Amino acid sequence: MSLHDQDDPALRAAQEDRLRAVWKPPSGLFLRWTDCNNNRVGVWYVLTAFAFMLFAGVLALIMRTQLAVPDNDLVSAGTFNQLFTLHGSMMMFLFAVPMFEAVSIILLPQLLGARDLPFPRLSAFGYWSFLLGGVFVGGSIFFNAAPDGGWFMYPPLTTRTDLSGLGADIWMLGLSFIEVSSVAAAVELIVGVLKCRPPGMRLNLMPLYAWYILVVAVMILFAFPPLIAGDILFEMERLLNWPFFDASRGGDPLLWQHLFWIFGHPEVYIVFLPSIALFAMLVPTFSNRHLLGYPWIVLAAVGTAFLSFGLWVHHMFTTGLPKISLAFFSAASEAVAIPTAVQIFAFIATLWAGRVTWSTPLLYATGSLAIFVIGGLTGVMVAVAPFDWQAHDTYFIVAHLHYVLIGGTLLPLFAGLYYYWPLITGKRLSDRLGRIAFWMLFVGANLTFFPMHFSGLMGMPRRVFTYPAELGLGGLNMASTLGAWLFAAGVAVICVDLCLSPRRAKAQRNPWGAGTLEWLAHPDDEDWGIRSIPLIESRYPIWDQKDFVQKVDEGRFFLPDAEEGRRETIVTTVLDARPLAVIRLGTPSVIPILTALSLGGVFILTTYHLYWAALVCAVATLACAIWWLWTGTAEIPEKPCKPIGHGIELPLYISGPAAPGWWAMFITMMADATAFSGLVFGYYFFWTRHADFPPMAMADGPGMYWPMVALVLGVASWLATIAAREVHARGDVGIARLLLMLGIATSLAGIAAGLAGPWTHGMDPENHSYPAIVWTLTVWTVAHAGIAAIMQSYALARSIARRMDPQHDADIRNVTVYMHFFALTAIVAYATIGLFPNLS
Amino acid sequence: MKDRRPHWSERLKVTLWTLIVPPTIWAGHFLFSYLWAAVSCAKAGAFATFPTLFVVGTVLALILIALSGWIAWNQGRIPGASPPHEDATDIDRQRFLAKSTLLLACLSFVGVLFTSLPVIFLRDCL
Repeated sequence: MSLHDQDDPALRAAQEDRLRAVWKPPSGLFLRWTDCNNNRVGVWYVLTAFAFMLFAGVLALIMRTQLAVPDNDLVSAGTFNQLFTLHGSMMMFLFAVPMFEAVSIILLPQLLGARDLPFPRLSAFGYWSFLLGGVFVGGSIFFNAAPDGGWFMYPPLTTRTDLSGLGADIWMLGLSFIEVSSVAAAVELIVGVLKCRPPGMRLNLMPLYAWYILVVAVMILFAFPPLIAGDILFEMERLLNWPFFDASRGGDPLLWQHLFWIFGHPEVYIVFLPSIALFAMLVPTFSNRHLLGYPWIVLAAVGTAFLSFGLWVHHMFTTGLPKISLAFFSAASEAVAIPTAVQIFAFIATLWAGRVTWSTPLLYATGSLAIFVIGGLTGVMVAVAPFDWQAHDTYFIVAHLHYVLIGGTLLPLFAGLYYYWPLITGKRLSDRLGRIAFWMLFVGANLTFFPMHFSGLMGMPRRVFTYPAELGLGGLNMASTLGAWLFAAGVAVICVDLCLSPRRAKAQRNPWGAGTLEWLAHPDDEDWGIRSIPLIESRYPIWDQKDFVQKVDEGRFFLPDAEEGRRETIVTTVLDARPLAVIRLGTPSVIPILTALSLGGVFILTTYHLYWAALVCAVATLACAIWWLWTGTAEIPEKPCKPIGHGIELPLYISGPAAPGWWAMFITMMADATAFSGLVFGYYFFWTRHADFPPMAMADGPGMYWPMVALVLGVASWLATIAAREVHARGDVGIARLLLMLGIATSLAGIAAGLAGPWTHGMDPENHSYPAIVWTLTVWTVAHAGIAAIMQSYALARSIARRMDPQHDADIRNVTVYMHFFALTAIVAYATIGLFPNLS
Repeated sequence: MKDRRPHWSERLKVTLWTLIVPPTIWAGHFLFSYLWAAVSCAKAGAFATFPTLFVVGTVLALILIALSGWIAWNQGRIPGASPPHEDATDIDRQRFLAKSTLLLACLSFVGVLFTSLPVIFLRDCL
């Protein structure tokens, strides 16, 4: 494969100058932070998550020091409550999940030979949201205002404002904000994996890391929204006194536990699978062979993802649910051991079959597997309900979960750190310090957590700030505390190693001799990501494809230039990665920061009950979002097509299911629909928990009439939008605009009709859970009708401003995707509140 | 190679969506089991000694999973290049998806069996 033009060094130098100019990062004290290139945002993201990990680790050290001896008084009970709540919440929400997203934002474009992910500004927005929310939540402990109800925040302790203070609101609203950024990252990563692979990288050639990321990002879409639904109900109860979890007024605290753990258990696998994904990259490198059992790994990732959604009740074995229900979840909890074990066996088999190079990253990988397997075995024990009844809420569980998380998340991340540090900085970390740190971590983790199995079985409960000497737990606790300090010292050695890195010389390129695409990165890397986007013919192109690195470097593959001075990457098909189009990527901008700040304002000001200021921020967020979309998306290109080399010419504009924007809308709405299903679950959950639901005295509201009117209006608005899309595509722009106006009118009328049902029946949401849940479903649906009206107006305005025409119709196609989901929401919500009371 | 007419199961389109059919059936069955138990216990206080609805749902789920596994088995055995099937060809991509689907069908089948076992052993809601 030779492209004669590329033989000319002068041409190559000119191309490189153009690429360099296009990808030049913004400079200046403030403007540098407006960057959105994945190599910078990803690094900020990683460093911030790492800092939060260190902070949360210090909180754990204080706890362990308090527990070192019986009857200790280093910290008060109240402070201790804040410490364990913040430790768990930060490790989960501010370290484990964001760290996976951060690492993926750095690695994924490299792995996929893309210049950047499809929505660089969305990554930047996600990062700034994460930073703001994280500082807000983490900083609260300095004001003695940290949440103190445990990382799962069980009501009624946390919903009763006389029992818990501002901390509960900080947890709910601060972390809801971060959940938004997680969903944003999930959208980015899914579209990245599905649509931005290099030509030829079919699904069967995709790096396994990308498979895992795809699976985990999809899990986020289904796991986080139920928690967002729970957060909404929770804050409605705290701020507005709507009794969802108050048993005295028809609520049920167990509803929260369901919604929390529908999130909380998949969450464990959300943080575990990306770490295992790092193994899937480094094990073949150090075994010097292809990974064995590629489809088996895919089975493991996909199978684990599904099964992990059938486990949530194993956190609720002691809540008095029917035994038969517990047994279902117990069965699924045992079944998930199968796919988990399959991937571990695949790694072991690969090491067995290969010529192993014993490196520091591999040491971390094997050590973490050993720790993880111990945690997995105790997991099989606690999945058996009768055993769990004994071990529940004891230190046995603390031991189990830390073995799983340290072996399944933390140590693999350190393996990844040692493996990928040369990729990011061009320098290797010290093998000597790395190995010293490893043994300190390995011994420290076991010394900390193994004794906890015994202290737990001897009856030491979780979350106690001290214990009497007579229980005889002093020795075991002292061992745990010494282990924790040893572990912390190991982390400190790693930090020293990182700090010494700037003084070290650059390593050679691809220092481990790996075969996958990301190792094309050069120690003195440029900001353009990859010099030319390669044609992929193997799972390990650097090993298998002839002169691969040289061809990439000399721009002999696709898109070696940036003639029009635009940041670009190639979009390909989902299954076979056939080139579809060249898309223009977002450039550095202040919009993502402003959007994150204003959205953060909504959540943070609501925490302090400053509702008017929060409303102002909400309007500002909407304005920023429209500004962002109007100026940065679905731009009509200056020419229809451009050549990418080798005689291939690709369009510069695509719309509909082929386009990344369409997928982003579809994926976002999947998350939205999942959150909605969490609320609907609440309605039917109350029905199963009460002998009469709706209660006889309230059963006449909201009636059948208004919900049915609202349903018809919602469906009409949906049909008007579909009709507008169709006639627009045929060129009847005028009729399409009229139909959009009709859509806007029916959406707005739907708001009034939706609210009329509960309003005209005088349903008081503070009275009972029934009116409260009816109002919640109604408000959710009419809010979506309002957004529908805004979207339809946006499409209309784009058409009038000539930014959308029948050949360039991405806007109306994406709005139609929203409308499909809106129609579904309206039908389910209004049929539930309008028709179900007549059935039950 | 002699031309052969592909079996109908081999002509079905294989995509990422077909890959997740077996585990989606498992998820559907699991949700069904959970709702069946929750509603029976909450509204009737017990479930039937021979729970017809549950048995029908379980058998249906097992048949559907087995069917998708059988289709995947056929699709993974379409003649073509020799193993290890890691090449950049349409047929190898199809074989990979078919094999992964088959593996997921096996896991889902076992998963459904696991889920249905408690109904054999347990008799009351308490």
